[in-house]
Amino acid sequence: MAEAEHDQTAFTPDEMMTVTAARGLRSGQVCFVGIGLPSEAANLARLSHAPDVVLIYESGTIGTRPEILPLSIGDGELAEKADLVVSVPEVFSYWLQGGRIDVGFLSAAQIDRYGNLNSTVIGSYDHPDVRLPGAGGAPEIASSAGEVIVMLRQNPRSFVDSVDFVTSVGFGRHGEGRVGNVGAGPTVVITDLGVLRPDPVTHELSLTAIHPGVSVDQAVTATGWDLVVGEPLEISEPPTAAELTILRGLKARTSEAHARSRA
Amino acid sequence: MAEIVSLADAVGDLVPDGATVAMEGFTHLIPFAAGHEVIRQQKKDLMLARMTPDVIYDQLIGMGCARGLIFSWGGNPGVGSLHRFRDAVEHGHPRSLELEEHSHAGMAARYAAGASGLPFGVLRGYAGSDLLTHTRVARISCPFTGEELAAVPALTPDVTVIHAQQADRKGNVGMWGITGVQREAVLAARSSIVTVEEIVDALSVTGPNHVVLPTWTVTAVAHVPGGSHPSYSMGFTTRDNAFYTEWDVISRDRDTFSEWMREFVIETPDHAAYLDMISSRAHG
Repeated sequence: MAEAEHDQTAFTPDEMMTVTAARGLRSGQVCFVGIGLPSEAANLARLSHAPDVVLIYESGTIGTRPEILPLSIGDGELAEKADLVVSVPEVFSYWLQGGRIDVGFLSAAQIDRYGNLNSTVIGSYDHPDVRLPGAGGAPEIASSAGEVIVMLRQNPRSFVDSVDFVTSVGFGRHGEGRVGNVGAGPTVVITDLGVLRPDPVTHELSLTAIHPGVSVDQAVTATGWDLVVGEPLEISEPPTAAELTILRGLKARTSEAHARSRA
Repeated sequence: MAEIVSLADAVGDLVPDGATVAMEGFTHLIPFAAGHEVIRQQKKDLMLARMTPDVIYDQLIGMGCARGLIFSWGGNPGVGSLHRFRDAVEHGHPRSLELEEHSHAGMAARYAAGASGLPFGVLRGYAGSDLLTHTRVARISCPFTGEELAAVPALTPDVTVIHAQQADRKGNVGMWGITGVQREAVLAARSSIVTVEEIVDALSVTGPNHVVLPTWTVTAVAHVPGGSHPSYSMGFTTRDNAFYTEWDVISRDRDTFSEWMREFVIETPDHAAYLDMISSRAHG
């Protein structure tokens, strides 16, 4: 990657992940966005191929068009650039539970082979090795959004056979499916190594695409279950120069603005 | 009718040891000054409720004011973990915490039920989540369709504490921007304290999502400019993102934390003195 700064089309694994996730959104879709990686990808989509994607954050900011990425879910930028701002009870009841969300965009600390997400504890609940922040809006986003896009970096700590705690359900502890939930659940999982999708019958996540420059072996080693590799295995389209320019511009504006707020 | 009083008197009168206290504010308008006053007055055995316990609850937990926490997301927004909260849950320091953990939708339904005078709230939630077996939630069937839904108990704090932009001289409160669950939390509570940026002759509508709490729904109003620092008050202050990042370092170590709390909170007489200390840190 030494030549990355000279070659406009060289890219990092995180950029590949963000660009791939952004491509999963279409103009006109209504997307409930989590903070961090999902927020970056959703705004890249809005600033590139999907200008009319509607972004909703759980702070109650609806149809928001931030020019810089928010550091927290309740940054002033989200409220100032929103079509409307509503209360938190309203955003969860009328907008999410009411069935108005096409896509939920989530991340987590752990995911398992059936797409269940953990953001609660590592270890046991009563005596955790690591106490994580907890559920936030994720359980009902996972349950009620039309479908869920998951984004997280792939390694043996995050991609586990069975999560320590099911905070937000994918296809259930044993892959039993979407019992009791309205939406279709996780339809795609995008990582820094490739793309996983659930098998329509077993609900197990298998590798359906790999990013350029990544080996199948790398993806298999980074996964805590016997990862099924799709045939044929697609290779992701590398980021275009235009996508990289927009993403890097967004990130540069964000760093500059957050540095200014320190002065 | 709300009384306009000092913050010290409001906390002294309305926050007894052992009370269930909700300090709400969804990233925006977090009542930090009131939380600091609770710490100064060394309140004990509080059951703290809040959807997003962030740095203010990290401080209260680390100072040993809390016996338990009712919550749905406990982190330092945009930064990472709350180290005092983690130390309490992982190692019982300075004391162990009774946890009652929900999702955001569940907490919102609990406050809305409290405000509505209902014993429980209903939502389509928790299905397939392990939270079901670790918290106060029950599965119920819709009497009309048979659909299985989740019931959560009403949350009715002894006192709810919030920060808002304005109050008028009669104690009517106005706020705008991201207002989270504050209206429900005030209406659900037996009493309430509202700190405000300014006291005006007449409330003005100057931002999106304007919410008014009439004076007869509020117990006490205190004038505390900058009372949400390091959170922000839209139209008055901006979020001190640098502080949230610094907090990660301050709170990691028990001694560094105690020293910071002594210097910035315990030994400052009030919020104005705290803000002076904060601004000298920024320029020092």
